[in-house]
Amino acid sequence: MKHFPLIWASLWRKRTRTILTLLSIVIAFLLFGLLQGVNAAFSRGVEMANVDRLVVINRIALTEQLPSAFMTQIESVPGVKGVAYATWFGAYYQEQKNFIFAAPVDIDRYLQVVPEVTAAPDQVEAMKRTRTGALVGLEAMQKFGWKVGDKIPLHSTIWPHGTINDLDWTFDIVGTYDFPSDRSQTMGMFFNHDYFDEARLYGKGTVGWYLVRVKDPTQAAEVAKNIDALFANSSNETKTQSEKEFSQSFLKQFGDINFIVNAIIGAVFFTLLFLTGNTMMQSVRERIPELAILKTLGYTDRGVLTLVLAESLLLCVLAAVIGLGLAWLAFPALKPFIGVATLPTSVIITGLAAAALLAAIVGLPPGLRAQRLQIVDALAGR
Amino acid sequence: MSEAIVSLRGVSKAYVRGKQSVEVLQSLDLDIDRGDFVALMGPSGSGKTTLLNLIGGLDQPSAGSISVSGQRIDQLGRGALAKWRAANVGFVFQFYNLLPMLSAERNVELPLLLTRLSKAERHKRVAIALQVVGLDDRARHKPGELSGGQQQRVAIARAIVADPTLLICDEPTGDLDRKTADEVLRLLQTLNRDHGKTIVMVTHDPKAAEYATHQRHLDKGALVDEPTSA
Repeated sequence: MKHFPLIWASLWRKRTRTILTLLSIVIAFLLFGLLQGVNAAFSRGVEMANVDRLVVINRIALTEQLPSAFMTQIESVPGVKGVAYATWFGAYYQEQKNFIFAAPVDIDRYLQVVPEVTAAPDQVEAMKRTRTGALVGLEAMQKFGWKVGDKIPLHSTIWPHGTINDLDWTFDIVGTYDFPSDRSQTMGMFFNHDYFDEARLYGKGTVGWYLVRVKDPTQAAEVAKNIDALFANSSNETKTQSEKEFSQSFLKQFGDINFIVNAIIGAVFFTLLFLTGNTMMQSVRERIPELAILKTLGYTDRGVLTLVLAESLLLCVLAAVIGLGLAWLAFPALKPFIGVATLPTSVIITGLAAAALLAAIVGLPPGLRAQRLQIVDALAGR
Repeated sequence: MSEAIVSLRGVSKAYVRGKQSVEVLQSLDLDIDRGDFVALMGPSGSGKTTLLNLIGGLDQPSAGSISVSGQRIDQLGRGALAKWRAANVGFVFQFYNLLPMLSAERNVELPLLLTRLSKAERHKRVAIALQVVGLDDRARHKPGELSGGQQQRVAIARAIVADPTLLICDEPTGDLDRKTADEVLRLLQTLNRDHGKTIVMVTHDPKAAEYATHQRHLDKGALVDEPTSA
């Protein structure tokens, strides 16, 4: 620490250049924080996927429906503990930006297969009693300012009822549900599949996908194989995946977010390497006589190398802390789009590690030059 | 009988420049006694600075031996030599060679950062060194805010702050006007007389050399005289 004033002063020797370099790195780490944060938020669904649950979809595509009659057949497969189903409703409230994950389900089956979702028993009963009844997630209730007893209109982008142009549905909020392990999963709504199936104009007698809970997670692959075998060569062949695989393939519908994010960040950091590397080289080149003086005073070759590396580390880590700090401050603004309000700690740790790596890469060439410096030659300007 | 603090025997130094080898010092013998103030004089290219660099442990001889306070510094590796310099030698250069981004007191503190002294002890020693050179009121000033003479005084404070036995001065007044040069030389004289520092100074200036207790002359890499008292 006693060398900190020397390192700090060396860093700010050319104030304007240091500020510009610092800003470049800050922007890079702000971008890193935001993009990796979004990526982590998207991947979180995959990470949280349950190991004892399978998802059965139509082999052609997720958008293709499966017959409701498959349920009893799936239930008969050895190793299956329970089966639930749901359908993509594609809903929004008033404006398209107010997307809400709304799904018609058999609520008893759903709560049995997805026990992470919790709801008060009397409200579950109320939903079953009320044809247009719905259980709304706590986040959605808060976001739209709804309360139990409200009658709410939702617009479906897929399912008309009454006439072909009538895509507006009305539901009665009879209760709420929670997802205690991850509140962001409550930006949704469950309503009665029976009401949905009777009212929709087409697709009657079908569901979007089945959720299958297996008795033994180690047997999940075998159960998946047996389910698909059951419907092989039928007009509705199935594709059964673990919940994790399903989440991953669902995300890939939007593009390989992980690849896109990493490609952008990679390009930014590659450019940053040259920019910061050049700055460090230039800075050390200008200070050759000063470094020679330090050696004259008794600083060893390794000591001078350490000083240059420390300066590089200070620059990169300081900029990374500012950049990641800004990303952390900006992250709550992204919540409406990605459902997560805080920058994951893993992103901050990875960012700081990346800053240290960047510092080592850009600091090493000038540091080695300083280390090899011959005092007599440097003082003589050779 | 006086004791030689610096002893050179058969010291040669050759530099390789491109394909040519240039011999700067040739089989040189020299003794400098403890407490001496020696002025090394001679024309440009005579090898004065090279000799000074060898005595100060900034360079290694091509042949011969160099002992300082009984230690063979020509046998030390780069790391050990750096540590030896930190503990035993103070340097003063013609162009002061202060770090421009540091204040006077931070510049003076630099050699002490290599010691195990506490922050309080370092500050105390820096204050004393600046007081010795008469610049305690300029401690917070950066080199750019000081005159040439003041900068050289800061450089002298930096050279003495770790209390080395030997001061190596390479044309310490070469960049100063006569009046300021005399002030700096008087300061060096005080350090020699009152603080017992052994000083080896390279100079072109006969007036500067008069402040030394002894003068030696070099020409073409060899000493061309016997020690003379100023």
